Amino acid sequence: MKLSRLAAIPLRQFYLYRGSAARVVPLFAWVTVDMVLWGFMTKFLSGMAHTSYRFVPALLGAVLFWDFMTRVMQGVTTAFFEDVWSRNFLNVFASPITMPEYIAGLLVSSIATSLVGLAVMIVVAALAFGLSFGVYGAMLLPFVLVLFLFGMALGIAAIALVLRWGPAAEWFVWPIPALLSPFACVYYPMTTLPAPLQWLARLLPPSYVFEGMRAVVGGRHFEGALLAAAFGLAAAYILIAYWLFARVFRYAVQTGLIARYSAETVS
Amino acid sequence: MEFGVVREPVLRVENLRKDYGAVQAVRGIRFEVCPGELVGLLGLNGAGKTTTISMILGVLEPTAGSIQIDGIDLRRHRSRALACTNFAAVYAPLPGNLTVYQNLRIFALLYGVQDFHARAEMLLDAFDLRKFRNTKTGILSSGEQTRVGLAKALLNRPRILLLDEPTASIDPASARDIRHSIRSFARESQVGVLWTSHNMYEVEEVCDRVLFLSQGEIILEGDPKALPAQYGKSTLEELFIGVAREPLDLGALNQ
Repeated sequence: MKLSRLAAIPLRQFYLYRGSAARVVPLFAWVTVDMVLWGFMTKFLSGMAHTSYRFVPALLGAVLFWDFMTRVMQGVTTAFFEDVWSRNFLNVFASPITMPEYIAGLLVSSIATSLVGLAVMIVVAALAFGLSFGVYGAMLLPFVLVLFLFGMALGIAAIALVLRWGPAAEWFVWPIPALLSPFACVYYPMTTLPAPLQWLARLLPPSYVFEGMRAVVGGRHFEGALLAAAFGLAAAYILIAYWLFARVFRYAVQTGLIARYSAETVS
Repeated sequence: MEFGVVREPVLRVENLRKDYGAVQAVRGIRFEVCPGELVGLLGLNGAGKTTTISMILGVLEPTAGSIQIDGIDLRRHRSRALACTNFAAVYAPLPGNLTVYQNLRIFALLYGVQDFHARAEMLLDAFDLRKFRNTKTGILSSGEQTRVGLAKALLNRPRILLLDEPTASIDPASARDIRHSIRSFARESQVGVLWTSHNMYEVEEVCDRVLFLSQGEIILEGDPKALPAQYGKSTLEELFIGVAREPLDLGALNQ
């Protein structure tokens, strides 16, 4: 893997973000709105519920982490969409860049953009609503890492979808986090779901993270084996997503889809 | 060409074939391009020119056959082979939302160009782009964008340069300058050039050799200045039209 080729992708993103308010503002605008909305919601629930349940770290924290995972996914997809929107596939894929380098470049771009969103969310949630990350203790880092890995896997799978089905498939990509959120147990415990859907939840690494968050906040024990399962699943999804992208790319090269991408089909 | 000097081709295409289902777009063609040689790839729309170029660029997998770029097998060593290649085509403009300099910087990284700053400055001068250095590529005229594409195509000192109608949207004076620049680059740097164009005067002026492609097959090959006379035609354009009308009856062209 050549770092210079990999670096071309995040550098391109840097150039684009540097000169474009339309790209910079969404990095923090929507997550800020989410923090404010759910911040007030947690305050309201705290006042209404008359329980010792800690809504701020359990609910607002969960929203923050879910938004972070969404930003990671979108960091990958938007970096890829820049090549779609500027019809740059032929120029990029006729260059010596390899598939691992290209994907790694997208991931580095995503790290940079998602960290901006995370920093803004942390500041808003902490200053406006008193969310303290100390409450998660040593589990904070593994929780963030699992969501980060799964966000990457979703991003890679999403761009495979767009590469295969053309630019219009972009509209399949944006709702992916919303489609997954009911089964990822972001807002409620896994036991809330009917039994068959609990099986689906167990296949999603974020559900372990959010179960773990609620356990830690509630002062309960969270088994390390469950965290290991979350890591294992997230790593497996990255491999599956990469395999999927590589397979779609191969199809695109075999059929000429890369060269005729704007046509969306080769038939 | 110097006598006694054996020049290994920078591009060797052997039995190259591309099928799309039952349709054979390219039918087992073979040709070579030597260092410093400009080869014209001619043919009607749909003859297989762009399919051939796409295969050489590694964005389209051949059904059969092999492509060697500077002795490197494209299928087995894609990245290494493409590092010796570059291209410019009217259908592949550079991202319009980056400046000229930013585009060159990005593609220099992709192609592993070591002395980027010196190389970029030289190319900005060579293609009269200095005044557009910090201008978004998308707001340049089509001719100026073509020149940016050519500057990008020469960034990595390619061993083989693929030009798909490089002067299609350029005024005659600029087109002549560009032809002159590319020819000079090819001669000085010993770059092999595969050039497609529908402008037969341009091809006659620039190319050392032409390949006529028809229905995915090379049906004629030779010196563009001598070829028309060999087939009883006065110009390359007349020959092109004749071949286009009767691609399988080359004997008739002689009569």
